[in-house]
Amino acid sequence: MLCDICGKNQATVHLTEIIDEQMNELHLCEDCARQKSAQMEQQFGLSDLLAGLAEFEKPAKEAESISLKCSNCGLTHADFKKIGRLGCGECYTSFKKYLGPLLKRIHGSNQHMGKSPLKVTKVLKKKIDLQDLRNSLQKAIEQEAFEEAAKIRDQIREMERKFSQEQSNDTEEKDGTK
Amino acid sequence: MGLNDLLNHTSEWLKGTGPHSDIVISSRVRLARNIDKLPFPHWGNKKQSEQVLKAIEEAIQRIDYLKPTTVFKLSDIDSLDKQFLIERHLMSIEHAQKADNKAIVIDEDEVLTIMINEEDHIRMQVMQSGFNLFEAWNIINKIDDSLAKELRIAFLPDWGYLTACPTNTGTGMRGSVMLHLPALVITRQIDRVLAAISKLSFTTRGLYGEGTQASGNFFQISNQVSLGHSEEGIIDNLTGLIRQIIEQENQARQAMFSKNQAVLEDRINRSLGILRSAHIISSQETIELLSMVRLGADLGIIKDIDRRRINELFIITLPAHLQKTENKKLTSIERDVKRAELIRNKLNLSEA
Repeated sequence: MLCDICGKNQATVHLTEIIDEQMNELHLCEDCARQKSAQMEQQFGLSDLLAGLAEFEKPAKEAESISLKCSNCGLTHADFKKIGRLGCGECYTSFKKYLGPLLKRIHGSNQHMGKSPLKVTKVLKKKIDLQDLRNSLQKAIEQEAFEEAAKIRDQIREMERKFSQEQSNDTEEKDGTK
Repeated sequence: MGLNDLLNHTSEWLKGTGPHSDIVISSRVRLARNIDKLPFPHWGNKKQSEQVLKAIEEAIQRIDYLKPTTVFKLSDIDSLDKQFLIERHLMSIEHAQKADNKAIVIDEDEVLTIMINEEDHIRMQVMQSGFNLFEAWNIINKIDDSLAKELRIAFLPDWGYLTACPTNTGTGMRGSVMLHLPALVITRQIDRVLAAISKLSFTTRGLYGEGTQASGNFFQISNQVSLGHSEEGIIDNLTGLIRQIIEQENQARQAMFSKNQAVLEDRINRSLGILRSAHIISSQETIELLSMVRLGADLGIIKDIDRRRINELFIITLPAHLQKTENKKLTSIERDVKRAELIRNKLNLSEA
């Protein structure tokens, strides 16, 4: 019997799923079964894995990091590893060295691109939009969606053109030549 | 406004209106915010959480357009009312668990809710009917700006909004869309779709958020990453993904309808038949049968029941809603009898 998913390898794992009172038998090869069980594991909450993620640090740094303590709220780095939650906003500064890599592992980035509670200037917002477009261009290229990529590239050019135009307009306004 | 006023009222998100409301039930955007320097709810003491609650309550009172909202202290709400708020998607399960100085702010239309002292000091959400993520974002963005003028918010330029859990750091934003995908489930394509979603770093949850099961073919899809993209960028990505899922569900519906029309009509009408005649029915069976009836209404197989009535039935047949309607505690079997009675009344209305 061949695998139900890939249709190539011999099926050695037999699964019975019950959905809506309908029984569904799946015959899978080992590779496809492993993928399917990985899918099921992905459904666990990300926060449950956090404590585990924090364990990735090199053991040499361990002693130093464990004794680190937030001066504002008293949470130690060991507390954070145990509960997976920080104690206050200041903890982010207290544990900056360790949180930077952790944030990068969770989000794939450790640079905030969103709004801020301070007044967001128009210029900053446009810069953020541009960066978003550049990110999606990169993604399109990676996925070899070249038609899409060409479209995004044109959008970026158009935005950059407008952006520089507006900036020169702004200078003119300031000069009082409007 | 009292909590009982909500009972006779259809939540904005249940109205069954808005773009793509055949497949998209609701769109929701939530923001996590904390007050600078004060410890997060799980780490602070009673006095500190009281300070947080007071500061946020006062800030809300200073914002004109938030004045029509009502603040409920969780310590004043009994467990049935807590369950009632969870069933209406106004409150998280975590917020119902006992802790000091928790509160929930609700507006009349149930569009905006603000949970105070949940995992973060502030968890606010805006919910809209249908596929309306940008609209939800625009509303909540404005409220967030107003709150930021009244409160010092924990924020770092490089890392954005600082939250109790680093999975929310950055924008502190989660956009989620609740989808009804019966055709993808019946045609067994749903696993493939869900696998693709998780590869793109979006998550799928059940009806009541984190850690709950998908039932009645309902799936809640939301962004997992909150740092490294702008809010509009995240919403844009999620919107694009949802568009594709809607397209796939539509294709699956059309394929089922053209290839297996008799089987589909049989299953849908049998579901309606059971709902119209049962005298004892569990909430799980109700959800599954209503899901088929909703599909029937979407495909024009069932013509005499509109979407809004079906949407309402999903909610008013839930345990806490039933007990509040009856105004007394009911055992599980009593509920199953009352539920069947309520459904018969609502679904046989057009024939009466």
